Amino acid sequence: MAASKVKRGYLTEYLKGLWDENPVFRQLLGMCPTLAVTTSTINGLSMGLATTFVLVCSSTIVSLIRKLIPDQVRIASFIVVIATFVTMADLFLKGIFPDISKALGPFVPLIVVNCIILGRAEVFASKNDPAKSFVDALGMGSGFVVALTVLGTIREIFGTGSLFGLVNFEPWVIMILPGGAFITLGLLIGLLNYLKEKTGQQQAAPACLPVDSQAEVN
Amino acid sequence: MNKLTKMIVVLSVIGLVSGGILSLMYQWAEPKIKVNQIKANDAAVFQVVPGTVKYKQISDKDLTYFECYGQRGEKTGTAILCQGNGYQGVIKMMVGVNADFSKFTGMIVLEQVETPGLGAKIAEGAFTAQFKGLASKPPIEYVKSAKPSKLNQIEAITGATISSRAVVNIINKTVQQWQQAK
Repeated sequence: MAASKVKRGYLTEYLKGLWDENPVFRQLLGMCPTLAVTTSTINGLSMGLATTFVLVCSSTIVSLIRKLIPDQVRIASFIVVIATFVTMADLFLKGIFPDISKALGPFVPLIVVNCIILGRAEVFASKNDPAKSFVDALGMGSGFVVALTVLGTIREIFGTGSLFGLVNFEPWVIMILPGGAFITLGLLIGLLNYLKEKTGQQQAAPACLPVDSQAEVN
Repeated sequence: MNKLTKMIVVLSVIGLVSGGILSLMYQWAEPKIKVNQIKANDAAVFQVVPGTVKYKQISDKDLTYFECYGQRGEKTGTAILCQGNGYQGVIKMMVGVNADFSKFTGMIVLEQVETPGLGAKIAEGAFTAQFKGLASKPPIEYVKSAKPSKLNQIEAITGATISSRAVVNIINKTVQQWQQAK
């Protein structure tokens, strides 16, 4: 783990969210929206974007005020900051994109309790400077968007029985029902783990540990 | 400053700032949300009763309907808001009938939480189009996996009979209520 001893650049901070510490495929966080809203590509994408907005804003703010917040009330403070941005995103969607807001339903307000956001605030933003926290949040958000969009696309293709209108086959209804979400997610995680082993990469340490202790674990 | 005071001060300040920002945001968004709701309602009424240019909302207990008028002030029909339980949650629809109540002029689903890919098909054009020109008396009936043979029949969605039946029942019930009320 020599790499982690070197000061990690912004690009590394960004890329880790996409692959090594992808919130959905590697950290298995934020499972509720991941499983529930990915019935179509557009739903997955818009949910991912809304979450990314909240994640980036709240991580930056938390990082800016991290030295002012006493340890004992940090979780409460983080939650208030997160809830503020979630409500803003909700009002914004309702005002400007009523259709998307309708499709996502109660899952927009529920971003408040998305553990990716509180997780990043606690693990990263409260210990790093704003620029780094911004990049980290953007990376994690992008990883979430990619994961949700991929899941949504796979489920939409099999569930509606049509590949972008080109090939048509009998729809697998199970793929759109909750069961399909679990099956797709499980297979995807399995596939990614397989690829990781194949390429001979080291197994990533549990992402929730800070960088230093990761080095010790390995 | 001791720890306790600091905790209280910090949390209060964060709360106050958040509250302030949110109230500003709400003031900005609220009129837009209202406009969206009215727009959605307008679009629904105009779509289910063709030829409508203006309408008058009438609310009677839990029944809401819209008397529709055309260009020269003639009555084009009525749009009735129908609401009831579907397979998983509330289905909300706008149903149009013509001026002498001999047939339906259209139906669109405003809100539903039916199973995606199955019951949710009640909101799709293929299903809702069946209500355009459907005879309004006797009450609507549905047939399964067969083409409708009577003027008051629609074809239920394969695999989603419960949702299709819910739609038919809700419309029949609300239309009956509306006839008694008017």
